[in-house]
Amino acid sequence: MSETEKFDAIIIGAGPAGSACAYTLAKAGRSVLVIERADTPGAKNVSGGRLYSYALEMVDPGLCEDAALERKVTHEQIMMISRDKAISIDYFNPDFNRTDNVPHSYTILRAKFDEWFAGKAEESGAMVICGVKVDDLIVRDGKVVGVIAGEDEMLADVVVAADGVNSFIARKAGLVKEISSHDVGVGVKETIELSSKTIEERFNLKEGEGTARVIMGCTEGIPGGGFLYTNKDSISLGAVFFPEQVAKHGKSVHEIFQNLKMHPAIHPLIDGGETVEYGGHLVSEAGYRGLSETLYREGFLVIGEAAGFVINTGATIRGMDLAILSGLAAARAIIGEEDSSKVGPAYVKELNCTILPSMKAVVGYKNLLETPTLHKSYPNLAADVFGQLFTVGGHVPESMKRSVPRLIKANGLSLWQLVKDGIMGFKAV
Amino acid sequence: MTIERMTPPELLSLNKFNVDEQEPHIVLDKKICAGCEDKPCLFVCPAVLYKLDKTGDLTFDYAGCLECGTCRVMCKDKGIKKWVYPRGTFGVSFRHG
Repeated sequence: MSETEKFDAIIIGAGPAGSACAYTLAKAGRSVLVIERADTPGAKNVSGGRLYSYALEMVDPGLCEDAALERKVTHEQIMMISRDKAISIDYFNPDFNRTDNVPHSYTILRAKFDEWFAGKAEESGAMVICGVKVDDLIVRDGKVVGVIAGEDEMLADVVVAADGVNSFIARKAGLVKEISSHDVGVGVKETIELSSKTIEERFNLKEGEGTARVIMGCTEGIPGGGFLYTNKDSISLGAVFFPEQVAKHGKSVHEIFQNLKMHPAIHPLIDGGETVEYGGHLVSEAGYRGLSETLYREGFLVIGEAAGFVINTGATIRGMDLAILSGLAAARAIIGEEDSSKVGPAYVKELNCTILPSMKAVVGYKNLLETPTLHKSYPNLAADVFGQLFTVGGHVPESMKRSVPRLIKANGLSLWQLVKDGIMGFKAV
Repeated sequence: MTIERMTPPELLSLNKFNVDEQEPHIVLDKKICAGCEDKPCLFVCPAVLYKLDKTGDLTFDYAGCLECGTCRVMCKDKGIKKWVYPRGTFGVSFRHG
């Protein structure tokens, strides 16, 4: 590519953040180049995954209609595992599935979704090149003016880093700190093919409906948890762990996850299926406190997971919707400001309308999710109490007033600990 | 198909890889690794690519790497002296993600 060719924007990475940004810029008539290191967009990306659909609708109303989505989530479930037992809560909300409304969230598979979204950006006029890794930035007089990929140099008014959690490019720009080992989760996942009919029968779903399940107590006491998402004709089953505790625990994430897969309450849901892929992903768990102080410098913006935009409250895990919103925020800033020195501040102003306040609002959840008792003692206690509730035999039942304190003690807890954790939990949320 | 417990090599054999034989994207300094007591890499790598051989030395194969970056973040003594994404078109290609 010649030195004279210059784009309005170069975007590094064709994930949800990069494609949302490219789509919006291209629709506004800007010249955009998206550079993706995978052979096809999405081929390096792994998610749980579920996408909250409002984000796509904010980019362009109606965008959800032809998107590469799996199932609309109508059943939200929380499962608590204790040894070979399990407790499940199912929240069914038909409003999540009203035909006159855009469904609240969809399960997705990233290889399909990201390829579709990058294709939409391309249709709108963006240029997307795949199989090219950006190695470095070109900086002149303190301003980022382009990128280097192998022997090629490409120039742009603005470079947008949408290169994911490891974000080597944002770090090269001096913006993002090295990720701390305290602030990450490692996720593993199997994609298990199963016919849509079987999935609908096993999860009590109508055609096109889906289940999103979070699983507590499946990580051998390590902070983290499992997840299960129903896709059209596959199930995404996985788990996320805080790797620092994994290292102390001395058992590999692979082994603990395989135990979850074989759990008597999980295995019947996937049995008869066929595992077709095994993925891993690093997740930023730092939340609002972990965000970099500056998300831009002149000629350069950071968006998506590269910027650390992830929210985990245990029940809702959000990354892709925030990625899309941040891509949109970056595009709006670039479109709205002619003066390159004003694009960065305009981007932060956009972020302050949506993402940053949302992340701030849930800042306490991280403490809650790191509470060690939450991942072992409490699921065990809950299963014991339920066992007491449901078991009937020829003997005279022990009163709950007596059995609950006994079970609290048997699980290494105390009433005092429960009160303390309760107050801490209340404060956190 | 009956769903069964699978070993890391069995799981990795399901994925599509285009291994860059010329340029490893992860390089270790085994001397540093030998002195590392905790070796978190043994447990946190989803693909279990870090292993100990019979003599207790660390072995590593970058070929089945899922490119998550967990080992890089967890490596304490920085025995991982190089960790970059594979060159364009090389490495893992997820067909589902």
